[in-house]
Amino acid sequence: MNPSPDDEHWQKTRSLMILMMSLWFFFGYVIHAFVGPLNGIKIFGFPLGFYMAAQGSLIVFVAMLFWFAKAQDKIDRDAGFAEDE
Amino acid sequence: MATQAQSGGGDFTSNLGRIYGIYTGGFAAFVILVAILEKVGVPNQILGYLFVGFTILVYAFIGIVSRTVQVSEYYVAGRKVPAFYNGMATGADWMSGASFVGMAGSLFLLGYDGLAFVLGWTGGYVLVAVLVAPFLRKFGAYTVPDFLAARYGGNTARMLGVMVLLACSFTYVVAQIFATGLIAQRFLGMDFVVAVYVGLLGILVCSMLGGMRAVTWTQVAQYIVLIVAYLIPVIILSAQKFGLPIPQLTYGAAIAEITALEQGFVARGLATEAVMTAKSHVQPFTSYSPANYFALILCLMVGTASLPHVLMRYFTTPSVRDARMSVAWSLLFIFLLYFTAPAYAAFSKLEVYSTLIGKPIAEMPAWVFTYGKLGLVTICGKAADSVATITAACQAMAGNTGVLRLQDFGINTDVVVLSTPEIAGMPYVIAGLVAAGGLAAALSTADGLLLAIANALSHDIYYKIIDKNAPTARRLIVSRVLLVVVAIAAAWTASKRPADILAMVSWAFSLAAAGLFPALVLGIWDKRTNKAGAIAGIIAGFGVTLFYLVVTRYFPGFGVSYAGMSSLLNPVTGAPVVNLQTAMALPNAMEAWVTGAHPLASKVGWFNINNISSAIFGLPIGFLVMFVVSRMTEAPSKELQDFIDSCRRPRGGTIMEEKTA
Repeated sequence: MNPSPDDEHWQKTRSLMILMMSLWFFFGYVIHAFVGPLNGIKIFGFPLGFYMAAQGSLIVFVAMLFWFAKAQDKIDRDAGFAEDE
Repeated sequence: MATQAQSGGGDFTSNLGRIYGIYTGGFAAFVILVAILEKVGVPNQILGYLFVGFTILVYAFIGIVSRTVQVSEYYVAGRKVPAFYNGMATGADWMSGASFVGMAGSLFLLGYDGLAFVLGWTGGYVLVAVLVAPFLRKFGAYTVPDFLAARYGGNTARMLGVMVLLACSFTYVVAQIFATGLIAQRFLGMDFVVAVYVGLLGILVCSMLGGMRAVTWTQVAQYIVLIVAYLIPVIILSAQKFGLPIPQLTYGAAIAEITALEQGFVARGLATEAVMTAKSHVQPFTSYSPANYFALILCLMVGTASLPHVLMRYFTTPSVRDARMSVAWSLLFIFLLYFTAPAYAAFSKLEVYSTLIGKPIAEMPAWVFTYGKLGLVTICGKAADSVATITAACQAMAGNTGVLRLQDFGINTDVVVLSTPEIAGMPYVIAGLVAAGGLAAALSTADGLLLAIANALSHDIYYKIIDKNAPTARRLIVSRVLLVVVAIAAAWTASKRPADILAMVSWAFSLAAAGLFPALVLGIWDKRTNKAGAIAGIIAGFGVTLFYLVVTRYFPGFGVSYAGMSSLLNPVTGAPVVNLQTAMALPNAMEAWVTGAHPLASKVGWFNINNISSAIFGLPIGFLVMFVVSRMTEAPSKELQDFIDSCRRPRGGTIMEEKTA
C-alpha cells in the first residue's frame, strides 16, 4: 500500500526536524566541547574555539533558520498542504 | 468604529516601510538636534530628560493610535503582522534591560564562560522555529495555555499552564521595571521609587489601550532605538582604536592584546598565577565547569522555546509560513546585538588592562570615580568615590605597593556598556542615546510580559474558566483592569528592591523549560501523549525544578541533611567551595529562607550543578514521566488525533475559532 500524502508529508517534516536538531546539537554543544584544541587556531586574531561560541555558531543558527523556513515550505507545497498566498 | 479601525489597520500595514523609515529618520534628526543643543551648552541633565521624554512620548503616541476594541486585535494584533516586523518586535520583546545593559559586563567578568548566555539565548530560536511556534500558530491560540487546554482536554492542563506562566513571567517583569528604575535614576537623577512608577506609566500607555496590536508596533519602534543605541558607541570606538568601524571583526585584535597583557601581569607581579587563571578572558571553564556550562546553555535554549511572552509573538503572523520566516528574522535581529556584546566586553577590558592595571593608585582616570561614586567600581575593596578613599584602602591592604593590581579592581556588570561612551571620550549625546536604548529594551520586554500575564488571567481564567458567556466588551475591560493591577503589583515589588531579582530572571528560564517544553513538544510530535501523561509530566518536571531552586537557595541545610546535596566544586581547582562539615556545624546551618550571605546559599546541589541550570533535572524527568504515564493510560481519542494532524498541516486556517462579537 502506498503511503498517503499525509504520512509522506509528516515523514519529510520529521526528517527535516531531525536534520535541524542534529545541526543544532553539533553547533550548540559538540563543537564547543573541543574549545581547547580549537583555540590553537587563530582567525582575525580570534582563537577559533572562542570565535565559534561568540560568533560562529550564531551565524550558523541564523542561516539555518532562513534555510529551514524555505525547506519546510517546499515540503508543505509538494504535499499540497501549503497555505494560499 | 470597529470597521474604521480595521481599514485604518490595513492602510497601516501596507505602509509600514514608509512609516518606520520616517520614524528612523526622525529619530536620527532628534539625536542630531540634541547634539547641537549640547554644543550650545545645554546642561547634560536636560539632555537626558529630552532623550527619555521624547522616546517615551513616541511610544505612548503609537500605543494610543493603535488602541482597539476588537478581541482578535487585542490578543493577536489581528494576525496581520508581517514576518519581518514581527521579527523586530520579537527582538525588542526578547532583549531585556539586563541583556542591553548587563550582558557585555557579564562577558567582561566571565570571559569565555559568559558566552553560554550568548549561545543559549540565540540557539533557542532553532527550537522555537522547528519544534513549537509554527504549530501553535496553526492551532490559532491566543495564549500558550489555550493550546495545552485543547490538546490535553480541559482546564487542569490550562491551570497548570497558567501557573507555570505566572511563575516565570512575574519575576521577569519585576526585573524589567527594576531596570527601568535604575536607568532613570542613573541618567535623570530621579529617586528610584519615583523612577519605578514613571517607568510603569511608560509601560501602561503602550499596552493598556491596544493590547497586542499596540505592543507590537511600539516594540518595532523600540527595537530600532535599542539597536542603534547599542551599535553606535562600539562602532565609534572600533573606528577610533583600529581604524575600522566593524567592532565584530576588530575585537579579535583586542583579544590578542588582552591575552598578551594577561601574561605580562603575572610576570610583573600585578596578578598571581591563580588570579590570572581564574580571570583569563579566552581560557574556557574557569567560572563554570564544562558540565555546568553545557547545562546552562541547554536550560537557556529550552527556556527560550518555552517562555510564553516569546511564543505568543508568533501568534500574530498572517500565516504559518510567515511564522517560520518570522522566527528567522527574530534571530537575525537578536543576533545583531548578541554578536556585538563580546566586542564591548573586549574593548572595555583592554581599556581597563592597558590604562588602569599597573598604574599608581593616585592616577586613576575620571570615569573610575564617576562610577565609583555610584558604588559600581571598587578599588581595594572600597567604592572608588575619591582618590583619598582608595589610597587609604590600598595602603591598608597587604602586599599593595601603591599600584593597582588586577585583584584590587572590581567592576559592576552594568558599567561596561554605560561607561563606553565616556571612556572613549564621546560627547554626552551618545551617553543619552545609550540610556534611551536601555530604557527601550526594558520597556519593550516589560510590555510583552505584562500582556502575557494579563492575557492568561483574562482569557484563560476569566473567560475560559469563570464566565464562558462573557460579552466581548466586558472581556476587554477585565483584561485592561487586570493589566493595570498586575503592573502595579510588579512595580510595587520592584520598588522594594528584592535582593534576588537578577538571579530570579535566570531561574525563569529553567522554570519555563521544565514546566512547558515537554508538554508543548510532545503535544505536537507525539500523538500518543495524553491528558494524564501531560499533567503528571508538568507537575513532575516543574516540581523537581522548583524544588531544586528553592532548596539550594533558601533551605541549603535541609538539602544537605535530607536531600543528599553536597558542596559545589571550584571549576578551576575542583575543590569544594564550602567545607560542609564546618558549615553544617554552624548554628545557622539549618535556618530556613536564608539570605544570599548564608555560607551555604546557592553553594550546594546535586552532581555539582548550579541552581541557575535547575531544569537539567526537571526537563528529562518531565519528558520521561509524560512519556511513560501516557503509555500506561488510554490513547487519545480519534478526534484528538485528527486535531493533532491538522496542527501539523499549515493549510486550512486556524483550528480554534473565536466568536468575534
